[in-house]
Amino acid sequence: MRALVIALGVAALAALESGCAAPEPWVKPYERERLADPIMRLSRDALADKHREHVYDVRESSRGATGVQGGGCGCN
Amino acid sequence: MVATSPWVRLLRRVLARRPHHAVRASRLLGRTVVVGGALVAGAGVVHAVDLPEDRAEMMYHRYDGGGTRADGPALLIRKKVADRLSLTGSYFIDSVSNASIDVVTTASPYKEKRTEYSLGADYVYRDAMVSVSGTTSDEPDYKANTVSLDVSQEVFGGMTTVALGFSRGADKVGSRYQGFFDTAQHWRYRFGVTQILTPRWLMSVNLEAVSDNGYLGNPYRVAQVFGTTVLERYPRTRSSRAVKLRAVGDIGQGEQRAAIRGEYRYFWDNWDIKAHTVELGYTRYFGAQWLGEAFVRYNTQKQALFYSDNALSETLYVSRNKQLSDFNDVSIGAKGTYSVGRYADRFDVKLNAQYQFMRFRYKNFTDIRNGSLYSFDANVLELFVSATF
Repeated sequence: MRALVIALGVAALAALESGCAAPEPWVKPYERERLADPIMRLSRDALADKHREHVYDVRESSRGATGVQGGGCGCN
Repeated sequence: MVATSPWVRLLRRVLARRPHHAVRASRLLGRTVVVGGALVAGAGVVHAVDLPEDRAEMMYHRYDGGGTRADGPALLIRKKVADRLSLTGSYFIDSVSNASIDVVTTASPYKEKRTEYSLGADYVYRDAMVSVSGTTSDEPDYKANTVSLDVSQEVFGGMTTVALGFSRGADKVGSRYQGFFDTAQHWRYRFGVTQILTPRWLMSVNLEAVSDNGYLGNPYRVAQVFGTTVLERYPRTRSSRAVKLRAVGDIGQGEQRAAIRGEYRYFWDNWDIKAHTVELGYTRYFGAQWLGEAFVRYNTQKQALFYSDNALSETLYVSRNKQLSDFNDVSIGAKGTYSVGRYADRFDVKLNAQYQFMRFRYKNFTDIRNGSLYSFDANVLELFVSATF
């Protein structure tokens, strides 16, 4: 019985390894040097960005989805 | 490269972080799997999100256009207080001198001051960051308080960041003549994904839904019906959606670092306003100490259902707020950053200046002083010192 459980476990793992393979991250951490540079940030200076958003908010009807709360380039 | 399933990667991560789970796994799956698990655990890498760096910013900002001038100082400080926790505080003052077309054609020019304080905390746990913040804004005839909660999670080996957020705002609305007389509430729900595409390109998608309830008009502004001025009548609810796509790419060659970015936002709401906003920017280094940026921005929108320059029928709602009219605005701007270097062996100091020229052209809002379509130009300036430490 124990041997059967081991065999089933190994078979299940093998199936997971091959059958349901998801794509690997194709940009490795050591390839993200350029992405970590400040010029690649979507929001570089919080106060200046806040002022610009305020200028737009007061004069335009469109609002939201500025992305200030999201972001992060995953460059760690 | 060996492809692995998400389940196996999850198992690797769990085993790498919680070795005692291997014992439980051994009971379940038997020795063979434990040996395999130990091997993958050895290959696993504990990944964690970094807290934002400690930072201080001190800014002077100024907006001058269409008869309105708003300027003042602003301050932001961010400091880690533990391995996983960073606190942030900011202060923002707007000293407004208002002689805009709405004011000079219906009332007397006025001056007022808006003061805003914000406090926030960011907490990181493994690949996730939780942010909470509170903001209070105070002016003589308007008080606004907002609380926000945001969660972001890195997935897929740090290539994808998923963010969810919520804000709740409660305002008190008043006027100089009758004090505080009404309230408004706001709910904001946002979702964003940032994706690394290649070693040089990343992009993001953001969605945000905003709902408002309460007094959403302006007690000083008037509308025109059959050429007669009447008080504006606004709906007491509004619901809007916005989706924004952004892409930024490194286009530098060799040692020269340069980047371009493109942004597009589509906005729509149940007042029937639809808006498109496009922004393009180019950033590059000039030597080791200078960073320059140039950008252009274009925004165009369609009017709200109940907007009218001069209504020719009586309707339940009516407004002559030019912000709700059919118009477009174009901006061109530049930003320069100079790295001073390290100060007191600890602070990495940068001097920054940003200038933006804006031109607003209204398609169905007339200057009632001369009957022609209204337009105006504005200058926006930000001068600030930033230091990371």
